[in-house]
Amino acid sequence: MKSAQVRANAAPSRNIPGRRGRVWKQMAKRLDLYVMLLLPVAWYLIFHYGPMYGLQIAFKNFNPAKGIIGSSWVGFDHFVRFFESFYFWRLLWNTLSINLFSLLIAFPISILLALIVNEIRSKTFSKVLQNITFIPHFISVVVIVGILNVFLSPTTGPINSFIEALGGSPIRFLEEAGWFKTIFIGSNIWQNMGWQSIIYIAALSGVNPQLYEAAKMDGASRLRRVWHISLPGIVPVIVIMLILDIGHFMDIGFEKILLMQNNLNIESSDVISTFVYTTGILKGEYSYTAAIGLFNSVINLILLLLVNRFARKVSETSLW
Amino acid sequence: MPKQASISRSSDEKIFDAVIYTIATLIIVIVLYPLIFVVSASFSDPAKVLSGEVWLLPKNITFEAYTNILHNGKIWTGYTNTIIYTVVGTVVNIVMTVLAAYPLSRPDLPGRKVLMVLITLTMFFGGGLIPSYLLVKNLGLLDTMWALIIPGAIATYNLIVMRTYFQTSIPWELQEAAHIDGCSNWRLLLNIILPLSKPILAVMVLFYAVGHWNSYFNSLIYIRNEAKYPLQLVLREILLISQSDAVDANVGLENKVLLAESIKYAVIMISSLPILIMYPFVQRHFVKGVMIGSIKG
Repeated sequence: MKSAQVRANAAPSRNIPGRRGRVWKQMAKRLDLYVMLLLPVAWYLIFHYGPMYGLQIAFKNFNPAKGIIGSSWVGFDHFVRFFESFYFWRLLWNTLSINLFSLLIAFPISILLALIVNEIRSKTFSKVLQNITFIPHFISVVVIVGILNVFLSPTTGPINSFIEALGGSPIRFLEEAGWFKTIFIGSNIWQNMGWQSIIYIAALSGVNPQLYEAAKMDGASRLRRVWHISLPGIVPVIVIMLILDIGHFMDIGFEKILLMQNNLNIESSDVISTFVYTTGILKGEYSYTAAIGLFNSVINLILLLLVNRFARKVSETSLW
Repeated sequence: MPKQASISRSSDEKIFDAVIYTIATLIIVIVLYPLIFVVSASFSDPAKVLSGEVWLLPKNITFEAYTNILHNGKIWTGYTNTIIYTVVGTVVNIVMTVLAAYPLSRPDLPGRKVLMVLITLTMFFGGGLIPSYLLVKNLGLLDTMWALIIPGAIATYNLIVMRTYFQTSIPWELQEAAHIDGCSNWRLLLNIILPLSKPILAVMVLFYAVGHWNSYFNSLIYIRNEAKYPLQLVLREILLISQSDAVDANVGLENKVLLAESIKYAVIMISSLPILIMYPFVQRHFVKGVMIGSIKG
């Protein structure tokens, strides 16, 4: 602070009175900080706000030769075409159901895992459990889907060998629409439950131990202590994680779905984001798929706002 | 009376412990089994794998699959490319993230709140795939390494984590003292802040590096030239696309099919090896990173 005054006095003071003048002075003094921000801010403008500006092609007939600005406006034509297409309901249902089932099943499982880790008394065993469940998180999606392919293979996979040993007939897990969602969500749980539980484990270690002691004195069983002390203790974290998850509700797992997709399971693996990829990037229908992408983002944003608002009302925890 | 209660309570506890330990063991088995199967299959005689005889331990141990991979030029090109993309990409990531996180962590910087709002906003809304693709295309980055590096130069979540670290783990008084001594902000950042931030820098390097190593989608849309394919795209071809060929293959090609199948397991191993090797050493840092991220509240 002192140096600030000294420097301010040393500099030829322009003597601008009032708050605005002070802000300008403060900014001028920290010019080098703004220089640091130059590249990142430019990057955000170009690579985040640039595409938002480019979104206007959703309301235009984008022609690469004419550019974004030169292309002609068509209003909501692309949206209408999408809503009236025969695949609209299929895409919407698949997108919503895969994410909803993930949320209903995978989300609680990581909380459950954290509660289990917290209840294990042996420090070594609990560390072993944690470290092993983290491993799959670091395996790439390509390898995960590769493992699924060999593991569930109808001819060589151990699962089908086991089914055959029991007298059943092999199941083509990856080529049946009926199995797609189960396998997608199941393998997601396998891959991510450990990683997602970290944050709850951290929160659980912050719960006041005196609460457990008091409950024990009152004769509460372990299960009751988990239910009445551990769980309520991490509700704020659960709410935040839930909101963050909803923030990506519509695009979760898209890269993996794309890898698992084939002509035989397309009935239940066709989601909005994979459709945008195959029709937009591969077939070049940029304006149409930009519109579909926008529809996807808007639904996602609405969901996020609703959940955040609901959370603030019910639990007094929210993102903002 | 109290004695009886304590007895029933302790047997209650025992049952509870038994249930907890059983579930925990089951989870460990479920997580590890597919991994062990892949490891065993990669070292086994392909014929044994195909006939479904390998289910836990390797049968007729052989390194044939691995020696085959050594002669596969595509895999090595992919490996080299991925190493280059990962190293260059991570350097760019770290420089850009620090340049953004440090000034925004300063409580005395006018305008930082507005900037943070504009940055956080991008986590929840964006232009989406098509406009981003067109942007990269218009910038002439298609089919270059930079298409994989520049559009992802900053992960907003990591930026927030790093900013939180600067704010909470480095005493503000220290920075003020440095200012009194006439230290410029650049020198402050390079000589004081960064040396004190090694733990978070390690975490960031790991997060970004694993991200680069494992990513396939950006190269799928931006890279056409096979000589520039990263490892994950080569893997995708070997693991997922060649499969349909294998199914159609006729009897005369049986040996080739056998080999193609057995290579899959070895390829999975080879590509995941760097991460699995470093995993035990860095595991603690990863956890720390998530924890720091959770403090922001």
